Amino acid sequence: MPGFAANKVENILDEGIEKGGAKLDNKQIEDVIKSVLDTETGERLKIYVDTCVHCGLCSDACHHFLSMGRDPKYSPAGKVKRTLGEIFRKKGKVSPEFIKSASIIASTECNVCRRCSMYCPFGIDVAYMMKVVRRICHKLGVTALYIQDTAHSHSVTMNQMWVKEDEWVDTLQWQEEEAQAEFPKLRIPLEKEGAEIMYSVIAPEPKFQAQLIYQAAIIMNTAGIDWTMPATPGWDNSDMAMYTGDFEIMGRLKRSHFDTAARLKVKKIVMGECGHAFRSVYDVGNRWLGWKRPPVPIIHALEFYYDLLKAGKIKIREKYKKSVTLHDPCNVIRGGGLADKSRYVVNALCDNFIEMHPNREHNYCCNAGGGVINCGPPFKNKRMVSNKVKADQLIATGAEVLLSPCHNCYSGLEDIIGHYKINMEIKFISDIIYEVMEKPA
Amino acid sequence: MHDLYNFVRGPLAWTAFFIFIAGSLYRIIKMFVMIKKKESFVFTFWSWKYSLRSIMHWLIPFGTVNMRMHPFMTIVTFIFHICLIIVPFFLFSHNVLWDESWNISCWSIPDPVADIMTIIVVLCIIFFLVRRLKEPEVRFLSTASDYFLLAIVALPFLTGFIAYHQWSSYQFWLILHILTGEIMLMAIPFTRLSHMLFAPFTRGYAGSEFGGVCHSRDW
Repeated sequence: MPGFAANKVENILDEGIEKGGAKLDNKQIEDVIKSVLDTETGERLKIYVDTCVHCGLCSDACHHFLSMGRDPKYSPAGKVKRTLGEIFRKKGKVSPEFIKSASIIASTECNVCRRCSMYCPFGIDVAYMMKVVRRICHKLGVTALYIQDTAHSHSVTMNQMWVKEDEWVDTLQWQEEEAQAEFPKLRIPLEKEGAEIMYSVIAPEPKFQAQLIYQAAIIMNTAGIDWTMPATPGWDNSDMAMYTGDFEIMGRLKRSHFDTAARLKVKKIVMGECGHAFRSVYDVGNRWLGWKRPPVPIIHALEFYYDLLKAGKIKIREKYKKSVTLHDPCNVIRGGGLADKSRYVVNALCDNFIEMHPNREHNYCCNAGGGVINCGPPFKNKRMVSNKVKADQLIATGAEVLLSPCHNCYSGLEDIIGHYKINMEIKFISDIIYEVMEKPA
Repeated sequence: MHDLYNFVRGPLAWTAFFIFIAGSLYRIIKMFVMIKKKESFVFTFWSWKYSLRSIMHWLIPFGTVNMRMHPFMTIVTFIFHICLIIVPFFLFSHNVLWDESWNISCWSIPDPVADIMTIIVVLCIIFFLVRRLKEPEVRFLSTASDYFLLAIVALPFLTGFIAYHQWSSYQFWLILHILTGEIMLMAIPFTRLSHMLFAPFTRGYAGSEFGGVCHSRDW
């Protein structure tokens, strides 16, 4: 059927974007664009626009470009041209139709993974430019329905999945009881003031991946860690508001997270295997609140596992036998420098580790991150088609198991594996640790 | 013709140098002032160590993954920029002018070498032009100004070459050479040629963020 492939990625109707766009008038668009450009951006954006020599060398950095038959409109600079480029050229006098399409480009055709900054000779931060576009669209109320719902959840509940306060505590106690069957003295300490570590997770864990909390509890108890989890809002470290451009909500979320850690007087926050949350807590949210560095030290799960294994606090009963490959999530590898530590962890746990290529900072994106998967089902097919390069990369490893130390990557790669019928299981690192560690009798 | 020569050699030359230097200073000072005013976090996160680390990698041929992915483009780009800077500064005829005007004597490259380097610059520009027309991802980004800029850079070299070899009216080509050179100088601060001014800052800032905050490489 001709045009079918194109229909999968073009002419997608999203209710949030359609309804938001229908309410716009040209004057409002011009005013909002002017206010964002005048008050929220500065010389940096202008210099990026002026310095780009249109060389196209960023193109090969982008999995969208590589997967869509090298269609130039999907190159990083191509996406800037189609969004900010038009806004600058028309001096903000753009139509509601344009804003709708800009919202789709910036939120579903770019994962703000920052790979292109490593390919641009000038280090132009295209991800930042796409986030400026998202900010404009957010202020105009033209954001994809599903991710906007998530932002609403953040705003109302301080977590991403409408988890109520009692449900949260109940889930932790439920997992504690479950784990006590295996490890009778196990506790998930709630609200323990002065603990060394506050363990924080993203809301999908209590919502539908409670076994991850179970596994974390087993790891913490085995390693003899002095830890706690909060029983109040502020337990969720995730942040889709950062990706919709709703920085005000982002600020409230991060403040509540840091405040909770401060209230519990912990020395550091250890977070589960999530990438975007790490970016939000470690790099973006703290800046919005005026902190150069996070006010409480942030340790990503990968680094925490590294510390535990290095110090011998977790011992390996028998290494994992199946061949594994490792996906390097942008936010913790390119954004957190944990490439070596993650390899130490994987090699300590697994017998047969196969690198995928390119890897480390140069790994291809999962195409789920940056809020793209959170834009929901309308964009699922597009998300699959526009990451064929990832499927090829996974297949080339020939590994039986794919490790993904990031929730967004995990869900996105699970979709890729399904869509391209790749014979590969996907696991978190904690799944492997739980399976191969020595547990107290 | 002689009056025209005196004009491009005198007042227009002064104007061009003034616009180039003052314009460049204006753009750089404005950058610092505006960043200080609205985005002072750039100074907070700026790191000399990681800026220089990034700049060095991008100054060394094949020092980055992207350069290794596009070997021909890398070679052409490096040769182009090297010749583009060396020829105007170290050409014997230009040195004579420096010497006559300000008593500055400077080391010169032999004329046949300058000749070859000039041809290289023009060939590189032809390559950039063909690449712009033929490579879909470059063509998509190209605007009239991009072609115009290639012409602005090519013309001083082309006219200088013709004037030096005195194939036809020497004075005509010489005047055209001086004029186009002056146009290029004046264009630097106000067009995409300003990447000459801003590249160290944009690269340095990327290096600072990648190295200082993200603990990772940006090459």
